[in-house]
Amino acid sequence: MDRVMTIDEVAGELRDGMTVGIGGWGSRRKPMALVRAICRARLRDLTVVSYGGPDVGLLIAAGCVRRVVTGFVSLDSIPLEPHFRRARSEGTVELTEYDEGMLYWGLLAAANRLPFLPIRAGLGSDVMRVNPELRTVVSPYPDREKLVAMPALPLDAAIIHLNRADRRGNGRYLGPDPYFDDLFCLAARRRFLSCERLVGTGELVAAGPPQTLLTNRAMVDGVVETPHGAHFTSCVPDYGRDEQFQRVYATSEWTDFRARYLDGDEADYQRAVAA
Amino acid sequence: MTALSSRPDICVAACADAWRGDGAILASPTGLIPRLGALLARRTFAPDLLLTDGEATLLDEDEHPEGWLPYRAVFGLVAAGARHVMMGASQIDRHGNQNISCIGDWKRPTAQLLCVRGAPGNTVNHPTSYWIPRHSPRSLVPRVDMVSGVGYDRAATAGARFHEIRVVVTNLAVLDFATPDHTMRLRSVHPGVPLAEVVAATGFPLAVPDDVPTTREPTGEELRLLREHLDPEGLREKEVR
Repeated sequence: MDRVMTIDEVAGELRDGMTVGIGGWGSRRKPMALVRAICRARLRDLTVVSYGGPDVGLLIAAGCVRRVVTGFVSLDSIPLEPHFRRARSEGTVELTEYDEGMLYWGLLAAANRLPFLPIRAGLGSDVMRVNPELRTVVSPYPDREKLVAMPALPLDAAIIHLNRADRRGNGRYLGPDPYFDDLFCLAARRRFLSCERLVGTGELVAAGPPQTLLTNRAMVDGVVETPHGAHFTSCVPDYGRDEQFQRVYATSEWTDFRARYLDGDEADYQRAVAA
Repeated sequence: MTALSSRPDICVAACADAWRGDGAILASPTGLIPRLGALLARRTFAPDLLLTDGEATLLDEDEHPEGWLPYRAVFGLVAAGARHVMMGASQIDRHGNQNISCIGDWKRPTAQLLCVRGAPGNTVNHPTSYWIPRHSPRSLVPRVDMVSGVGYDRAATAGARFHEIRVVVTNLAVLDFATPDHTMRLRSVHPGVPLAEVVAATGFPLAVPDDVPTTREPTGEELRLLREHLDPEGLREKEVR
């Protein structure tokens, strides 16, 4: 079945208040074209689950976010995300702060339809203090070890960006790291994949070893072709991070940045970037 | 200080010593001085250490790819304990509790920093060390604002059986927790640093032995490796005063 959509159709499938997982990592292979579409659609009160980068920053600046669930928000080459940082100091965004491995485990629990998974990370740290709903679990075996019962992080929707996909949702990453994009899809009810280039299934399969075919048809509900759709994050080997543009993003007044890059559509954005 | 080795050279060698005896585990340094330390350790006394390019590729001692380590596999090594990380610390206390998350009240911080990142998982799973480039009462504090990395007091209460803080290297000294109650102890002061300066720059009572050793100087071979191979441009000189 053909699952090809436009970015605006994907944004149209989302609702205010949803919990949305975003693939990638920091400022690496983020589904930025879909994030920009969500900003334009003026969605509100989202809970965003992400290894956070400019996806989180943009959505916060656009007023779409009520809560961030994360282990960090960073632009990698710029360690601190300016919009996230400001929102935290101004108290305008809520935060669920986990260890990075706990976030992984929460997605894994959701993907496996388990209520929780035991993990050592978090024990003794203030993650337990700032998340008072977290519970521990004691091993039923003779070791009796106490561990954190990391709750499942089920998602209403997931958005990810890969290098290549076919029209049915088979997808491939070509860079060095899959990040956790497959897990975001497995943890979500509705799954949307953007890609640099839509190709035939034969070409997709021929493009590399089977291990890098990250998504299959059971994991994806909608596919969008968004060339340069991870910009300004990295999407190697198709392109690296646009460091110069990222600096512009990090240092611009939000209203100036929005007017220059986000008030039009995605094609306008890509034209403005190229200009 | 001798004319031979600079303060940054001494800091790099002290960081390198953190990985001494670690064998074939992943060394995860954060920042230039710890990274130079890990590279130096591998080129000299710890040849089996694994190191990445900072992304998903393992690089051998000639900086050639030798393996694949995406983030999900890093979490696997964390859980397996086959790793020794050297993190930074915006704040650290006398029990080794460390903060990289935020400054001030967590609910509305005066300064949002990195969040906890992997610090909670690192500290309860495998050896952890710290690098603090500016040893001062602002970073060595009586109480951290948000416990990201777990200290000895918290680890004991939580029953974290794999917890170990190996060493804290600063621009002034090397510190550890080799006291009966695992509170921070002065292991050595860097050449040319007065003991009183270290004590004054520490925001809590520091365990100071009667006889405080001087941090070792890099060997001639270590200096040669640093200058000719690992950091020929001298970037380390800009990192430490």
